Amino acid sequence: MLNNIKGFRSFYTKATAFSLAVIFSAFSTFAHEEAHKTSPEGAHDTTATVQHDSLATEAHAEAGHHREEKFDAGKMIMEHVADAHDWHLWGHTSIPLPIIIYSSEKGLDIFSSSKFNHGHDDYNGYRLEHNTVVAVNEDGTVNEELSANLWDISITKNTASLFISLILMLFIFISAAKAYTRNPNTAPKGIQAIIEPIIIFVRDDIAKASIGPKYKKFMPFLLTVFFFIWINNLLGLVPIFPGGANLTGNIAVTLSLAVFTFIIILINANKNYWMHVFAMPGVPVWVLFLLTPIEILGVFLRPFVLMVRLFANMTAGHIIALSFFSLIFIFGEMNVVAGYGVSIFSLAFTLFMTCLELLVAFLQAYVFTLLSAIYFGSAVEEHHHAEEHH
Amino acid sequence: MELVKPAFGLIFWMFVSFALILFLLKKFAWKPILEMLDEREKTISDALNSAQKAKEEMTALRAGNEKLLQEARNERDILLKEAREAKEMIINEARAKATEASDKILASARENISNEKMAAITELKNYVATLSIEIAEKVLKQELADPNKQKELVQTLLKDTKLN
Repeated sequence: MLNNIKGFRSFYTKATAFSLAVIFSAFSTFAHEEAHKTSPEGAHDTTATVQHDSLATEAHAEAGHHREEKFDAGKMIMEHVADAHDWHLWGHTSIPLPIIIYSSEKGLDIFSSSKFNHGHDDYNGYRLEHNTVVAVNEDGTVNEELSANLWDISITKNTASLFISLILMLFIFISAAKAYTRNPNTAPKGIQAIIEPIIIFVRDDIAKASIGPKYKKFMPFLLTVFFFIWINNLLGLVPIFPGGANLTGNIAVTLSLAVFTFIIILINANKNYWMHVFAMPGVPVWVLFLLTPIEILGVFLRPFVLMVRLFANMTAGHIIALSFFSLIFIFGEMNVVAGYGVSIFSLAFTLFMTCLELLVAFLQAYVFTLLSAIYFGSAVEEHHHAEEHH
Repeated sequence: MELVKPAFGLIFWMFVSFALILFLLKKFAWKPILEMLDEREKTISDALNSAQKAKEEMTALRAGNEKLLQEARNERDILLKEAREAKEMIINEARAKATEASDKILASARENISNEKMAAITELKNYVATLSIEIAEKVLKQELADPNKQKELVQTLLKDTKLN
């Protein structure tokens, strides 16, 4: 027991150190941008940086043409939480990512996103429009019919982030597993000491508590989903590469996770579960006409709610943190001094939000895993009160 | 609106890579880790159980020793008591036998003495009788040496003899 407590304490110390690092790096990036702001030339620079930061495809052109372009916080934030075809690092530097696209007419096409030159150029009959690849005709108009039938499996910023997190997870857990097999029956050390209390927490407080004796079957999924969400939430809080992608706040990702949960429920659901859905035992027949549609809806509603909850929480966290950040630029546009004045409060709030997000990162991983476990539990629950209903 | 529209590409990659990592972690990470955790917990609980058992055995052993010691002590006491009784008995018996023997010896001695005494008395009586006869003979011889005295005695005897 004691060991667990100690493990958690060291884990939190590490988490705190990690969060401080996050905050400081955020601050240094910010300070850099602020320094630009002071010079008159810097004002233009900032606009360009911010515009580019927001991954606006038109940033280049517009920054060049309109020096007085207004800072659009909403646009900046939305483009920050959304996916992109290149990974912005700093200033005008970004990593181009591969575009993989399949159309029934042209077949498979793989090329770098740098070919689009941030949306300025067309390439091979494709054009990047609002971060979406569309097909264009010879005359330069968008081919709507073909665009609707494009299968875009490009490695976007989120996909790349997904791969990075997966490699990170494989590294962490396989090396931990090796440490376990190498020194069996010894006190956990290093990486084991960080993950072991969490694994035991997932096993004892989530799986055993919600599923019951059949929990073992679901442990791999629960652990994978827990650490996947948690690690990606944390990576999302890191403002610089390789973090910064809002992966768990992307609806495609939460949808996929929820579908995995849903599939596992469907595979493992026993007779008792379906009976409770279609013909709730002990309920009069006329009530069933009302209850069964609700229960059937509930079957789909559960994974849907899982999807929405994680997506909304993570996206909202990012939006709030970015909003506080944007305040600096909004006030800075009005008055440089006001920008500095607000920056103190903004930073304080951003720092507070980051700390809160660290908690939310864990909490959302916990909630997703716990609810999945509860659904699995209801799917495999045995029919133990059958006799009462007769 | 773009935010809530799931992108096909990401869903595709997510399914592929999540299925892959689920498989890889299940095989190479979760299985060994969970097995090791179970094994370690089992080892720890076994060790605790055996320690508890050893402690109980120790207590039982100590109680057994105590009991054994007590029994030995009791036995020693009983032995001592029996020995003491035996000693008493032997002494008493010996004393009784000695008394009996001495009594017997005394009785036979006394009998012997009385026998000897009787014999001596008888002998003495016989001797006295012989002696007195001899004396009487000698007295008579002297008395009756004179014929006058013989006549006087006959006279006296005759006188005493009354003729009825």
